[in-house]
Amino acid sequence: MLEALRNFADTYLMWHEGPLIWGSDALILLTVIGIVAVLTYFKKWGWLWREWLTTVDHKKIGIMYMIAALLMLFRGGVDAELMRTQLAFPGNHFLDAEHYNQIFTTHGTIMILFMAMPFIFALFNIVVPLQIGARDVAFPFLNAVSFWLFFFGALLFNISFVFGGSPDAGWVSYPPLSELEFDPGPGENYYLLGIQISGIGSIATGINFLATILKMRAPGMTLMRMPLFTWSVLAASIMIIFAFPALTVALALLLLDRIAGTHFFTMLHGGNPTMFVNLFWIWGHPEVYIVVLPAFGAFSEIVATFSRKRIFGYGSMVSSLMLISIISYFVWVHHFFTMGAGPDVNTFFAIASMAVAIPTGVKVFNWLFTMFQGRIRLSLPMLWAIAFVPCFAIGGATGVMLAVAPADYQYHNSYFLIAHFHQTLIGGVVFGMLAGMYYWWPKMFGFKLDERLGRWAFWFFNAGFYVCFMPQYALGFMGMQRRMYVYPADLGWGPLNLVSTIGAYLMGIGFLFIVAQVVYSIRHGERDLTGDPWDGRTLEWSLPSPVPHYNFAAIPTVTDRDMWWVLKNEGRTEDLQPKSADLKPIHMPKNSGAPFLIGVSFFVAGFGFVFNWWLPAVAGLCGVAACLAWRSFQYDDEYSVPVEEVMATEISLGRL
Amino acid sequence: MDRGKSRLRSFLLTLGAASALFLSGCSPDYIVLNPAGPVAREEMYLMILSTVLILAVVVPVFALLIFIVWRYRDRPGNPAAYRPEWAESRVLELVWWGIPIAIVGVLGFYTAKTTFALTEPPESNVQPLTIQVTSLDWKWLFMYPDKGIATVNYCEIPTGVPVQFELTADAPMNSFWVPQLGGQEYTMPGMAMRLWLQADQPGTYYGHGANFTGEGFAHMSFDVVAKSPSEFAQWVNQIKTSSSGLTLAGYQELKKPGVMGTVSYSSYPPGLFEDTVWVNGGRYFPDMMHMDRQANGGAGAAPGDPNAMCSPPMR
Ligand code: HEM
Ligand SMILES: [Cu+2]
Ligand SMILES: [Cu+2]
Repeated sequence: MLEALRNFADTYLMWHEGPLIWGSDALILLTVIGIVAVLTYFKKWGWLWREWLTTVDHKKIGIMYMIAALLMLFRGGVDAELMRTQLAFPGNHFLDAEHYNQIFTTHGTIMILFMAMPFIFALFNIVVPLQIGARDVAFPFLNAVSFWLFFFGALLFNISFVFGGSPDAGWVSYPPLSELEFDPGPGENYYLLGIQISGIGSIATGINFLATILKMRAPGMTLMRMPLFTWSVLAASIMIIFAFPALTVALALLLLDRIAGTHFFTMLHGGNPTMFVNLFWIWGHPEVYIVVLPAFGAFSEIVATFSRKRIFGYGSMVSSLMLISIISYFVWVHHFFTMGAGPDVNTFFAIASMAVAIPTGVKVFNWLFTMFQGRIRLSLPMLWAIAFVPCFAIGGATGVMLAVAPADYQYHNSYFLIAHFHQTLIGGVVFGMLAGMYYWWPKMFGFKLDERLGRWAFWFFNAGFYVCFMPQYALGFMGMQRRMYVYPADLGWGPLNLVSTIGAYLMGIGFLFIVAQVVYSIRHGERDLTGDPWDGRTLEWSLPSPVPHYNFAAIPTVTDRDMWWVLKNEGRTEDLQPKSADLKPIHMPKNSGAPFLIGVSFFVAGFGFVFNWWLPAVAGLCGVAACLAWRSFQYDDEYSVPVEEVMATEISLGRL
Repeated sequence: MDRGKSRLRSFLLTLGAASALFLSGCSPDYIVLNPAGPVAREEMYLMILSTVLILAVVVPVFALLIFIVWRYRDRPGNPAAYRPEWAESRVLELVWWGIPIAIVGVLGFYTAKTTFALTEPPESNVQPLTIQVTSLDWKWLFMYPDKGIATVNYCEIPTGVPVQFELTADAPMNSFWVPQLGGQEYTMPGMAMRLWLQADQPGTYYGHGANFTGEGFAHMSFDVVAKSPSEFAQWVNQIKTSSSGLTLAGYQELKKPGVMGTVSYSSYPPGLFEDTVWVNGGRYFPDMMHMDRQANGGAGAAPGDPNAMCSPPMR
């Protein structure tokens, strides 16, 4: 009995690995006990279930996405700090190969799929319906399903660390390295299933927001009156719908190779690994634009608002968004110019890759000229937007350098590449999401985040960024390859690596300031009583903060691109205030536990497939089917908010 | 035309030298910027050209940003113009659509040219040398089909002679990279890839696998030693006389995952490279092998030979 337990602990809980694992186990156990205890003590279980786990309200789903993204930013950040610590000195022994390989794999995967993706979805959810004058998204139930698929996919991926072992074949997970023959543990299965489950949710989100934006706009909101953030979500949604299926297929086939003995990508028996590489990047390149376009959208809103000026060149902004989303389907080969596709193919993809930079560059100039002859307020969202410009300019420029195919033969797989994509992903996506978070935070919670702590975070994170990543360009010129857990002293890579590590610590401190800022502001943050704390321009700022669950008591009629700004200028803001005569009962979707249960079922099934345990696998799939069947017989999924209730709410908000 | 070309060359060279100096403070550690052969040099020219061209956008962006943020701060009594409704300018937008398009045009032209040029041997009137490279877990096997010798984790080449590296993998795909001689190319199971490199000066050049292959990946470095042709010939003779041969059994042993130092072999089973490619998938994509198996002397199993599936068709 004891022997069996020991065996279990060593095989699945990896207790033979020592203190790091024991510590994590203890920490996780304590956290779980703590959460359960608090919820029980304060009798909050019912509240959790009714208000959050079963909610179909886009604003709450957005908030849950954001919390998850911040937690994952923390996890991915810890991974990053561990790696940088190992790389600080040549020949360092802090991590061994096995752990380093696992950590860069989880870091990359988490940052892209479980940090950047939920962060953009957070803003999709929180902002889009409010900007277009809708009461919810097109498919609120599906929206909740998307969230819980993401959540349980991410959970599945994360438990690999303490149960069975993490994946270690890189975030791109190229076969044959990721095939059973070379990577027998459960880690790679965790990778495949975690991403697959959350990926289904992502496709649904793409469909949902495409439908929402096309069908749910308030009267008068023509496409060319849509705020640019909504435009960016439209572009990103279209890209999701076209790109994610490639990933789904790639992951599914690789999973079949691993658990069903097929030979799609194996080395022997006719498998062809380069097929996976192509499928992965057919998704992978659009993916980086999927996460960065919403950041562009957020910057467009922020730059206009904090310059108190109309966005410059709206038409160019829209067409550049659309151009980017089209061209970025024709560049994927730049991730493997050196796989010998031939000079004609490489030339085509090289020039297409450079061409993506054109609309991106245009956007930068349009932001600059939005600020030109404006009145620039350096509040937190604007600080991050301004910091984005030089950072992304360099990142985009080095991207053009990488697109020069023959030169890429020297940059590929080197630290030059690492520096480049961190500069675009951090300078673009992370800066954009933080800017967006600061900007829309009052709309979500009714208070602003503290400026002073935010400035500390800003300066630490920015200074740290350049200290961390500029030396990595130089390391690339010194010939340092990516994914090396250790390097020798005689190549002269030591000093710059140490500098880079110091930069990473500075960024870590920056993140801690953000945590401190949030905690501090919950109590002491400046309350937003007007609903329009930044002197905003678009519809969401016409609503109180936080927004009532039905969003608009009366659906507005839109007559201008910067509707709210125009009304404020003309002194006609009461046009958007509800009149008691106009109020009608409001139809809202009912909460449902099914999305959560679907997520749980997928989790159980995924867990079963990871270990080839057929019982949970089948049970989980049956659970999914049962939830779907149950849902399809629920005819009564809406309810009506009576006029009196709407009126009472609006009166209590001082709007009637 | 030729004059213009050489002028561009010398301009780039000066600029390159200047920026390399600036970057490295004369340090030889910046190996990518210290090319020792024509391929690496061509690639460096393109790096410099692209750097110059992108600076034409980056510098104005920085300058504009600093100027605008400083000038249009929301300070009380700021005398700068404020035009909240000004949001269109055909002329300005033409400028910043036009300039990047022009830049991409120029850069695209030179990219295309070099991309095609680098598929040819750098020096056309010298008989090239072929070296066949197999990446293993976690070591590099070099075979000299014309000389019959093989080495592990180092290779020697004659200076001034174009070397055609034929690359494959008998393990997860890696990437063969010798920064001072030129850029990398993937080594892929079941395919034979080609990479032309050439060294101008004698020297020992750092090489490393560039694509992650698991646990021992960080230790997959190798040296490429360039010597004058006569010294190279001497070295070949010395290996032939003083080392022992690599047998098939020896190769199976070598293939087992592990990290090791350098080894030399006086001989190796002929056609080992071609057979490796064939077994790992070349048989299914004969056109992907980029080579005529018969001409190279590989005599593997015929397509469809059931034995070949599990036991490599090597004599
Ligand atoms: C605190 C900031 C960050 C630091 C210090 C950092 C550091 C690192 C390091 C050291 C590596 C491994 C390099 C190697 O050994 O090859 C890495 C890889 C990677 N990082 Fe980050 N990172 C940070 C933030 C991010 C963010 C925000 C993203 C994405 C949104 C990201 C995406 C990636 C990806 C995709 C990889 C490649 C993983 C792979 O090779 O499979 N990182 N990062
Ligand atoms: Cu790409
Ligand atoms: Cu090929």
